[in-house]
Amino acid sequence: MSWTDIGALTDIPLRGARIVKTPAGCIAVFRTDEAEVFATSNKCAHKGGPLAEGIVHGKQVTCPLHNWVYSLETGEAQGADEGSIATYPVKIEDGRLLLDTDAVAARNAA
Amino acid sequence: MQKLVVIGAGMASGRVLEHLFDTAPEAFDVTLFNAEPRGNYNRIMLSPVLSGEKTFEEIVTHDDAWYADNKVTTRFGEKVTKIDRDRKVVVGENGEVAYDKLIIGTGSAPFIIPMPGHDLPGVVAYRDLEDTNAMIDASAKPGGKAVVIGGGLLGLEAAAGLRLRGMDVTVLHIMGHLMERQLDEAAGYLLKQDLEKRGINVMLKAQTKCIEGDGKVERVLLEDGTVLEADIVCMAVGIRPAAALGQDAGLEMGRAIKVDAQMRTSDPDILAVGECVEFEGNLFGLVAPLYDQAKVLAKTLLGEDDAFKMRELSTKLKVTGCDLFSAGDFAEGDAREDIVFRDPKRGVYKRLVIEDDKLVGAVMYGDTADSNWFFGLIKDGSDISEMRDTIIFGPAFQGGGAAAADPLAAVAALPADAEICGCNGVCKGTIVTAIEGGATTLDDVKAITKASASCGTCTGLVEQVLAVTLGDSFEAKAEKPICKCTDLTHEDVRRLIKSQELKSQPAVWQQLAWKTPNGCHVCRPAINYYLLADWPLDYQDDLQSRFVNERNHANIQKDGTYSVMPRMWGGMTDPDELIAIAQAAKKFDAVVKVTGGQRIDLLGIKKEDLPAIWSDLNDAGMVSGHAYTKGLRTVKTCVGSDWCRFGTQDSTGLGIKLEKRLWGSWTPHKVKLGVSGCPRNCAEATCKDVGVICVDSGYQIGVAGAAGMDVKETERLIDVATEEEAIEWTVAFVQLYRENAKYLDRAYKWVAKVGLDWVKETLDDPATRAALIERFDISQSVYQHDPWAEHVENRKAQYAPLADLTTEAAE
Repeated sequence: MSWTDIGALTDIPLRGARIVKTPAGCIAVFRTDEAEVFATSNKCAHKGGPLAEGIVHGKQVTCPLHNWVYSLETGEAQGADEGSIATYPVKIEDGRLLLDTDAVAARNAA
Repeated sequence: MQKLVVIGAGMASGRVLEHLFDTAPEAFDVTLFNAEPRGNYNRIMLSPVLSGEKTFEEIVTHDDAWYADNKVTTRFGEKVTKIDRDRKVVVGENGEVAYDKLIIGTGSAPFIIPMPGHDLPGVVAYRDLEDTNAMIDASAKPGGKAVVIGGGLLGLEAAAGLRLRGMDVTVLHIMGHLMERQLDEAAGYLLKQDLEKRGINVMLKAQTKCIEGDGKVERVLLEDGTVLEADIVCMAVGIRPAAALGQDAGLEMGRAIKVDAQMRTSDPDILAVGECVEFEGNLFGLVAPLYDQAKVLAKTLLGEDDAFKMRELSTKLKVTGCDLFSAGDFAEGDAREDIVFRDPKRGVYKRLVIEDDKLVGAVMYGDTADSNWFFGLIKDGSDISEMRDTIIFGPAFQGGGAAAADPLAAVAALPADAEICGCNGVCKGTIVTAIEGGATTLDDVKAITKASASCGTCTGLVEQVLAVTLGDSFEAKAEKPICKCTDLTHEDVRRLIKSQELKSQPAVWQQLAWKTPNGCHVCRPAINYYLLADWPLDYQDDLQSRFVNERNHANIQKDGTYSVMPRMWGGMTDPDELIAIAQAAKKFDAVVKVTGGQRIDLLGIKKEDLPAIWSDLNDAGMVSGHAYTKGLRTVKTCVGSDWCRFGTQDSTGLGIKLEKRLWGSWTPHKVKLGVSGCPRNCAEATCKDVGVICVDSGYQIGVAGAAGMDVKETERLIDVATEEEAIEWTVAFVQLYRENAKYLDRAYKWVAKVGLDWVKETLDDPATRAALIERFDISQSVYQHDPWAEHVENRKAQYAPLADLTTEAAE
């Protein structure tokens, strides 16, 4: 694993998200609780909507374009919709956000 | 048979006799003295006698027949002058009676402040039937004036009674709020308001100096120089134990006659009960502990074991229509927490005081339905930590989990006189009667009772009353819950946000038992809107609860880029603005589109460029057009009388004025206006949410039009003569919509639900319009600002990526 500092936890509003540009495309980093973050692909499996712009609720996000709802833990679309988005390891250390860039690269290679 | 003498035929000694005759009717030969020329009556009920709601006969507890049946020798109207303990005789005015056992139940005497004039005829206490009759006699004089000194329980009951008798009543109270021994300030304030509504004048911190009059009461003078005319003065400032007989007899005394837990005085053959006793340092004034004492005393006389224990007391004011309850201890303290519930509109105040996970005090005003339950918790010292969060809502809300907020249980628990429909003043009992009389549907109830026939916000409540009353046989029309996070409808939630004064999203989630930790994409924007619309000054708008367009102040397009549309007031622009727009379009590579709302849209802007293009447009004096909001969009106008040969009024000017007044406001759904200068209607005003058609005589204001999924012509709200009135009515209509509509209902849908008649009736009242406009302006003081400038200033970083790892990866 290669933990890369991508910014401060407080750079992301509570129940909000920010994007990180990577060679594998944009990754959305969600802050679901005071000290709980998830990283996924920013691209909705349906029509490519920017998930980082969705409303974050519980450990889920709703795509702003057509209301697909994803679990941020598994990346699976919820309810009747079928599809999934990639998820990536991200952690908080001393208020900093660390993203596993190896996992991102691996996904890119695959 | 032992000889029992009882001094005082009051409520306490009366209860002793009842117990004795019930358990051992042949045990004692009883002689009963009473200074009043009558037997035992329910003194507590003197208030209804004073007010005329009851007759004296109705409050008599023991009549002559009862005394005769129980072979009681009555010596009424005769004072006892002495107790001779050595000879064991009681000396009355008309002779002696020997006793084996003696009960002293002499009660209390009203405290009369020895101020100048206190002994004038017309100054009465409020203690017995004589006082009551004196007040009733005084009230017979038309336009008579009464002054009540003392704003405690008795004084207020006297004041209410005298008022009901038609007197002009002033209450003087020395403290800062009424009933300070039972109520805290907030409840005291509500009580004062209620009394004043009944026409009772209340003066607080009033220091009475003296009472004056020539041979009888004529006026009361206060220390501050105020002079109050008075035909009668009722002094109700407190009571003192009437314990002189005990003192003279050499019994052990404190502030009253000391008794042990068996109600024995220091002389084992003399017992005492009621307000004339002191037990463990306590004096008594309320009836509940006196009845406990009576029971113990009777058992002591019969040789049975029992002991009197102090217990918590509660108070209710017996003034019809003033619902007030107080129990326990409600002083503030370090270890104490308060739970407070206020509903200013209904005049409801509830305060619970908690210490060590136990309820130690409760004050309730306006809604005392749950008072017995709270009182039980105080008396039992129950651990309330489990229900701490919902305890204030009463027993109906307990039970844990989602059921805790079951609206059906809450409705089932409502008393019959709980108001369901505020518009038509229909209470639950009326609706239940209608249902029991055969109404089975909402429409039936509406037709019979008028409940929910006006604004309709209580529809959910009425259906719940139907469901509770009819059980399974009621099928609700599908008023769906907002989303899967709650069983409540939009109407329920709007009502509860107002009534429970929920001012934050966590408060809504917590108090309304949301099933999800923080809602979902459906309920969050709705709740966010309701909170900011109802509490503009208290609630902080939450961007994370807004749809992307409203969070980023631009319209997201299908490729993830945004469109940017500056405001053009009334559709007017000028060359400088057009140059700035053109330059921005070039710089940010935008596609340019002229819209149907008379402005220019710049499409294809990347998110990270938004702050920059806004900044450029701001520099040219332009602000956000809010083309992306559930809020005021555009005011479409024609050129009007400035240019058009048919124009009757300055439609462009009015449109600009309306837009400048309304812009920035959030609404349940988007709001579009149009102003046409003549009935040819070039601005297509007749399919707008609000459309104004100018005519020679003034302005025709139409509302509830649509030209989207549905196409609908506006309906006429009113015709007005001046531009000012046109603006006034429009703002009032928009605010009414903001306060009442369901989130995502366009104005036409909302008007269809509540009825144009209700909208008209509501807005017809100038005071209501003024209040709506005032509330709108308060909201605008918070929300009428350019979000673009604000985001450029404060949130610019949020528009850029958190990190860019593409360059690093390339290395």
